[in-house]
Amino acid sequence: MSNASELKKFNKKTRIMTFLVENLFMVCAFVSVLAVAIITFFIFYSGLPGMIEIGIFDFIFGTDWSPVYADGGFGILPMILGSIYATAGAIIIGVPVGLFTAVMLSRIAPKWLSRIMRPAIELLAGIPSVVYGFFGLMVIVPFVQKFFSLPMGQSLFSAILILSLMILPTVITISITSINSVPREYTEASLALGATKIETIFKVEIPAAKSGILSGVILGIGRAIGETMAVIMVAGNSPYMPTGLFSSFRTLTGNIAIEMGYASGLHRSALFATGVILFVFIMILNLVLMAITRKGGAVRE
Amino acid sequence: MNRKNKSYDLIMKALIWIFSAVTLVFFLLVTGFIIIKGAPQISWSFLTDIYKVTADKHGILPMMVNTVYLILITLLISVPVGIFAAIYLVEYAKPGKIVSVIRFTTETLAGIPSIVYGLFGLIFFVSFLKLDWSILSGALTLSIMVLPVIIRTTEESLKTVPREYKEGSLALGATRLRTIFKIILPNAISGILAAVILSIGRIVGETAALLFTSGIVPKIAQSIFNSGRTMSLHLYLLVTEGISTDEAYGTAFVLLVIVIVINRLSAYLAGRLRKRLQGGSAE
Repeated sequence: MSNASELKKFNKKTRIMTFLVENLFMVCAFVSVLAVAIITFFIFYSGLPGMIEIGIFDFIFGTDWSPVYADGGFGILPMILGSIYATAGAIIIGVPVGLFTAVMLSRIAPKWLSRIMRPAIELLAGIPSVVYGFFGLMVIVPFVQKFFSLPMGQSLFSAILILSLMILPTVITISITSINSVPREYTEASLALGATKIETIFKVEIPAAKSGILSGVILGIGRAIGETMAVIMVAGNSPYMPTGLFSSFRTLTGNIAIEMGYASGLHRSALFATGVILFVFIMILNLVLMAITRKGGAVRE
Repeated sequence: MNRKNKSYDLIMKALIWIFSAVTLVFFLLVTGFIIIKGAPQISWSFLTDIYKVTADKHGILPMMVNTVYLILITLLISVPVGIFAAIYLVEYAKPGKIVSVIRFTTETLAGIPSIVYGLFGLIFFVSFLKLDWSILSGALTLSIMVLPVIIRTTEESLKTVPREYKEGSLALGATRLRTIFKIILPNAISGILAAVILSIGRIVGETAALLFTSGIVPKIAQSIFNSGRTMSLHLYLLVTEGISTDEAYGTAFVLLVIVIVINRLSAYLAGRLRKRLQGGSAE
């Protein structure tokens, strides 16, 4: 804040204005803090009572989700596993594709190719998730159904494909930034020792950029686990344990989005409780991300 | 170079080209598909008709108007807060505990999934504050969601304003506040615009956070206290309720066009920012 002596030369009106506006700046800066506090409080406040009524163990490890029946179960293990499988699959496909594309764009690509690909990747990042979901439903789902001759194409595999595509921009952009911030000396020393350009990239530059790349992966995990619309359009959404790559399945996010519209009573609380579990997942990811960036310097999308 | 090195190089190079091709093909598939299937659906009546449940063909005008409403109200709330917060962080705050708490929470907000925002909006704005399913509930929810984007982007652009400008102004006897409003902010305008455009992109594309906050009524909202369906939600409902695949293609096409325009605009602004960072004059 401006100190008193600095302001003494101005008249009273200016001083009061300055005081008010500068405090307004500070208040606005604290809006984020306040928002996180309120969000955390209300999510837990609405979710915990239901979770306790169901029993925390039964809720997390129960495999039967049938809340509309009189004595139906409230177990969300199928959805927890669904979210984890879908995210893991997206990482297994999305990260190698993304990382190699990032190498291409930061080290190999001729100018004309970067000029096409960079805007393309930026655009991929901006396409709404519901458009991805629509594309998935009209293109990926029928393709998966035909290609593997399945009774229906809505499956874990379709969701993994669409999520891999959706995390690509995050992985690519952050990997490019971190590869580009590897000190030139590393590269030059490696080349001077007789390593080829490719060896230098994979044995010197990528290891040096690994904390940045890792934070890109974490952000990708966050995006995949939190994705809702695209996934519910291709997942099939049956609330049973996923039995394989081609079974219909449901994620935590999908569970909330599909049933919140008509849920009431304990059912509704159980959906808020699903939100609590999702929120906890995201908080853990956030802390991991913080730990990585603190060690390896800040990397941002 | 020995044989082993040569084959290693070859394999890695092949992977680089193959995976890059995969990325590009994916991109062309998504955009190409939406454009080829969607463009023929666009007609004057599709863009300007209202949505009548009984009609067999519907327009998207109400959803477009609602989307614009939602953008305006969200920006009205989040832009001033975000800019002021960025000013505080760049011009006033001293590095320390407080700043790191603010930064940590801002990062946290950026990481919260939109369905959780939707849940929160439903509990807090819709039920607790009794704003009901309304444009206002949706806008308040989205304001929190886009806040990190606005704070970060504005912060970065404030930092690019040359020190000399600020020092010159202070030396001429202007207060710090006057310097901020007359010198620093005008010089950071392209970055702030970039923040606004990025936020518009997020608002246009948002669905999960709006499903239970702004609601799904397919009419032009008469006031901010009424529910109003946006474009993205409309696409979702057209598909999941099996109303019309053709209209879904058309809606997806309009959304894609909006996203492309937003994307080009922000690339242009980012280019201007970069020029300034490299010492050229952008204004």
